[in-house]
Amino acid sequence: MLSLFFDAVLALALPLLAWRVLTTRDLYRAVILFIAFGLLVALSWARLDAPDIALAEAAIGAGLTGALFLNTVGGLVGRKRSPSRESDESREVAERREAIQSSPGEPVDEVMRPWWVRLALTVPILALGLALGWAVVSFPEPAIDLAQQASDNLEASGVDHGVTAVLLNFRSYDTLLEIGVLLLAVVAVWSLDLGRVRGGQAALSKGLPVLHGLVRLLTPIMIIVGGYLLWAGAKQPGGAFQAGAVLGALGVLLVLSGLVRPPLSDGSGLRIGLAVGFAVFLGIGTAVMLATGELLNYPPASTYGLIIIIELFLTVSIALTLAALFVTAPPRKEQGSKEHSEEKGEES
Amino acid sequence: MASVLGWASAALVLVGAFFFLAGTVGLLRFPDVYNRLHALTKADNVGLGFVVLGLILQAGSLLSAFKILLIWLLVLASGATAAHLVATAALRGGIKPWKHR
Amino acid sequence: MSPVTFYLLSSVGIFVVCLYGLIVHAHLIRKILALNMMGSAVFLLLTGVARRGELTDPVPHAMVLTGIVVAVSATAFALAVARRLYEECGRAYLPEEDPEDLSEEREG
Repeated sequence: MLSLFFDAVLALALPLLAWRVLTTRDLYRAVILFIAFGLLVALSWARLDAPDIALAEAAIGAGLTGALFLNTVGGLVGRKRSPSRESDESREVAERREAIQSSPGEPVDEVMRPWWVRLALTVPILALGLALGWAVVSFPEPAIDLAQQASDNLEASGVDHGVTAVLLNFRSYDTLLEIGVLLLAVVAVWSLDLGRVRGGQAALSKGLPVLHGLVRLLTPIMIIVGGYLLWAGAKQPGGAFQAGAVLGALGVLLVLSGLVRPPLSDGSGLRIGLAVGFAVFLGIGTAVMLATGELLNYPPASTYGLIIIIELFLTVSIALTLAALFVTAPPRKEQGSKEHSEEKGEES
Repeated sequence: MASVLGWASAALVLVGAFFFLAGTVGLLRFPDVYNRLHALTKADNVGLGFVVLGLILQAGSLLSAFKILLIWLLVLASGATAAHLVATAALRGGIKPWKHR
Repeated sequence: MSPVTFYLLSSVGIFVVCLYGLIVHAHLIRKILALNMMGSAVFLLLTGVARRGELTDPVPHAMVLTGIVVAVSATAFALAVARRLYEECGRAYLPEEDPEDLSEEREG
């Protein structure tokens, strides 16, 4: 009874929070609410017996996406407001807890469609909502019981955890292409030639020792957690995506704190790291054609080993991709390569 | 015995929830960023401590208890750092501490 | 009503609210937020569907897992495009949704 009540409150809170995200005047505030939204979504997935995606959503959907939004909102107001970039960045960090009172020059967005457009929109939107609501309440029974099939064939998949089996064996095409999409996203972002994000260094010079202390404390812990998640994925919730998410968040933390320089100079290492997941996945996927004659159809004897190898490289690529998407600027060749090797060592 | 443990952990979690509530009220009602940080970090750390204690009673194994404790310690460290960073940034951004008039 | 139905209806609510916000708001950050949350709504629907049977279905879970990662990369790209647009034009609005034009028509 109590848990039913909790589910109802959570399910009600999500659309309301989404509404607040879209109607709050201050964009920083909207992003903070968005992060809260992401965490509540993760909570609802934990309630729906989906710990795998709850983990990934908490790290990626709320954490990393929130950081990306904050970064961009900071970039949008920054230039317009003042020539000194220092104060902008300090503001960005300060707003992270939504603690600063409104001051002129905040990223405010009030531009909406005229009222008659909004009024006219409510009718089809409400109709759509009712139709969709009716559809989900009266879902037909599934024609194929995929859950049964997946659990029946789990033994043949080489791993003992259903989600990992689907990701890397039954539906490995999807995962292969998805890694390709990630690689493409980094290339696309780099091609926009944006200025690179600067760490909080300049803004936080006073608080930096404390931040560095925390990051130095967290770095080994996050590496252990990432490694554990990767290893655990074979038989319980976890796997390459969650591990990559944790390590990618670590990369963002290192960049933000200034312990690792954003350019990640000597780009070839980073570029190889970004591509290696896709390359190894595709390489193994085609190599098994020699044995079984089919793309991505692993020979039964070596399934577990191949999946673990693929997952290991996937983790490296996912982590580096997420960090690179945050940094947004491609590496430059001319700078020294010390920081990069440091970053690489920690990521892999 | 089990029910005693259950009541104890329920009481501890409720006490923790009360601290969270107080911290949230402070966050909403206090006049400036420094006061709000004070309310938020202190009350939430203690509140989470109580929740963690309550959950440890239910943990069942020493390993799970240790993991739950680790969560609290990590939140303590990151919460303190975040509060410090926010306060530093607010000071540098030129926000004056609130004074009672 | 089972708890799963709550979440299914909740996902519809999020989707509809965000669709409305996507059309109504002109600021690009707002639009990207709306799109991202629409994605979350679809993921929530899929997770709810996975929970309906006796066994929890791992196939939608795997789809959502890849979906989350694809969503963050798409969001990162969209944000980068918005930032680039801002650097070029000094605005974070699409040309046909210029705030000056709209604010004239807006009610007080």
